[in-house]
Amino acid sequence: MDEQERREERRHLFDNPRNVKRVIGLLAGICVALLLLDLCYTKRVHYGAERLFGFYGFYGFVGCVFLVLAAKELRKLVMRAEDYYDR
Amino acid sequence: MIGSVPPAVVFLAGALLIPLLRGKLRAAWLLALPLLGAVNLLALHDGANWGGLELFGHRLILVRMDDGAVDSMSFLFGVLFHIAAFLGILFALHVKGAVEQVAAVTYAGAALGAVFAGDLITLFVCWELLAVTSVFLIWARKSARAYGAGMRYLMVNVVSGLLLLAGILVHVHETGSVTFGALNPGRLDVLALPLAAKLMLAAFGIKCAFPLLHNWLTDAYPEATPTGTVFLSAFTTKVAVYALARSFAGTTELVWIGTAMACFPIFFAVIENDLRRVLGYSMINQIGFMVAGVGVGTALGVNGAVAHAFNDVLFKGLLFMSMGAVLHRTGKINGSDLGGLYKSMPVTAGLCLVGAASISAFPLFSGFVSKSMVMAALAEHDFDVQWFLLLFASAGVFHHAGIKIPFFAFYAHDSGIRCREAPLHMLLAMGIAAALCLFNGMLPNVFLYRLLPLVNDYQPYDLTHVITQSQLLFWSAMAFTGLKLTGLYPPELRSTNIDAEWTYRKGAQALMWLLLHPLARLGRGFETLVLTTVPRALTRLGGEVHAEERRSRGWLIGTAALIAVAVLLGYLLLDFVRGS
Repeated sequence: MDEQERREERRHLFDNPRNVKRVIGLLAGICVALLLLDLCYTKRVHYGAERLFGFYGFYGFVGCVFLVLAAKELRKLVMRAEDYYDR
Repeated sequence: MIGSVPPAVVFLAGALLIPLLRGKLRAAWLLALPLLGAVNLLALHDGANWGGLELFGHRLILVRMDDGAVDSMSFLFGVLFHIAAFLGILFALHVKGAVEQVAAVTYAGAALGAVFAGDLITLFVCWELLAVTSVFLIWARKSARAYGAGMRYLMVNVVSGLLLLAGILVHVHETGSVTFGALNPGRLDVLALPLAAKLMLAAFGIKCAFPLLHNWLTDAYPEATPTGTVFLSAFTTKVAVYALARSFAGTTELVWIGTAMACFPIFFAVIENDLRRVLGYSMINQIGFMVAGVGVGTALGVNGAVAHAFNDVLFKGLLFMSMGAVLHRTGKINGSDLGGLYKSMPVTAGLCLVGAASISAFPLFSGFVSKSMVMAALAEHDFDVQWFLLLFASAGVFHHAGIKIPFFAFYAHDSGIRCREAPLHMLLAMGIAAALCLFNGMLPNVFLYRLLPLVNDYQPYDLTHVITQSQLLFWSAMAFTGLKLTGLYPPELRSTNIDAEWTYRKGAQALMWLLLHPLARLGRGFETLVLTTVPRALTRLGGEVHAEERRSRGWLIGTAALIAVAVLLGYLLLDFVRGS
């Protein structure tokens, strides 16, 4: 039974680490391709900053890193035990 | 048209029948209600004319009309709430409790009553009905936490109702009119508004979850039943957005308020463990975009706000449904307890991803065609700082709602939980919501944009918008991947994160402690002083009284006499001083 269960588990997509790597590789490829697209068309935008090469990619990446690192700091300030309000 | 009734009536009257029916008949009736409502709504749209009712000399307008037709903004929300009610009922078809079912249906009726109300009295009644019906969806969880959260939810929402009532009373006193219309037609600063408008703005602000007034939402929604949260996410806050769009469009402070709402919750969402609470914070983030759009107040801004409200009900409903299905099947909802569920619930996982893509505003998904309207409206009117902050919030929402929700529930590390796929009726509800998200995203001109209340010539699909939005989102995903791979991403931890609610939750505890301990001790001390110590001292002053006599006469007579003498003496003394 255990052997059968294990065989079934193997069928799932992300049990194979290679598939996880493939997804990450695909994501990286899309990111680079999207960045290079900036060289291939004329942007119709409102703000000067938007015209900069890779502005949106850079803004998204840096914004999210800032978000997570700031949230980690926030956790130090606001995190309490799970039953904090029940005490 | 003869035969059509105000939309709320179908639901409120229909709810009365629910407890009388049993089994499949009740389920069929529940499903039929929003369909009957939709037929009624279309009949109304084709030319009803509800003159209104008279009450205390005021005319109540149950169906708001505009140029001989049903008001277009009311109609948009009417269509939306019928869809939401149908999806919620279908999702909750396994629920047997009549209380929860009646609560959900009357709650939908109250929401419809509010968005079709043409007068402030009807709006107030529906506003309060929203609170007292929906709280049963929280209490139906039947846990101590749900009870407490429900009480707090009720208190905050009733305060909103009281502020609205106070505003209405002042407004009627000053203008003599109960008509519900623009409350800031001159586009004044908030501080320059009349008192009535300020009070009503505060009432709407509470239900909109303005910053610092927002915790009723993140407190109560995650404590409701798996199905109750789906209803809750659809109605209250969207009625508030409707009320704000109806009466405060162009109040520019709302742009800053909306920006704050879009930005601050995403930090809490990143570190929150309860995935439905993450969605609660995410909901405030999305309402922020709507509030900002209302604040700009142009046709594009208001259209963007209501279009985004329409899409938000669908994609947020879908996300809450997917998390509800997870909670229903596994009994767990914390990110720290879940993971790897795509193996057991692959269809739910796929549908959740559609909701995640929609809220994140990927091209072809619904958020893309509505959030961008608000952003364009901001840029057009030079709300520059707010625009850049909202762009940050757009990346952030993808991070916490688009990635975090599906990742920690369905992927991440395998929690070892194996369960059945969600029941068929849940999958159907989620499937319809997902289809609508895609439909609105791919073909906005066919349905969504045609419902918009103001003239609209916005077209979301141009090359620049598609590429730049894709860059923003894919590079945000890259940031998440990088942070996960390097171990910098904060782990999901069983915890409580304190927020503005701390002031009243711990504040109330502190007040009770103060009352029960130092103040109670002070009270007891005062009691002893007045009833024992002072009388004894006065008795002693009154001279030696025989112990036996004291027992028999009691101290009261002597004390009373001495107090009377003291008061008289004092009076004489004062009189003497004044006379001299």
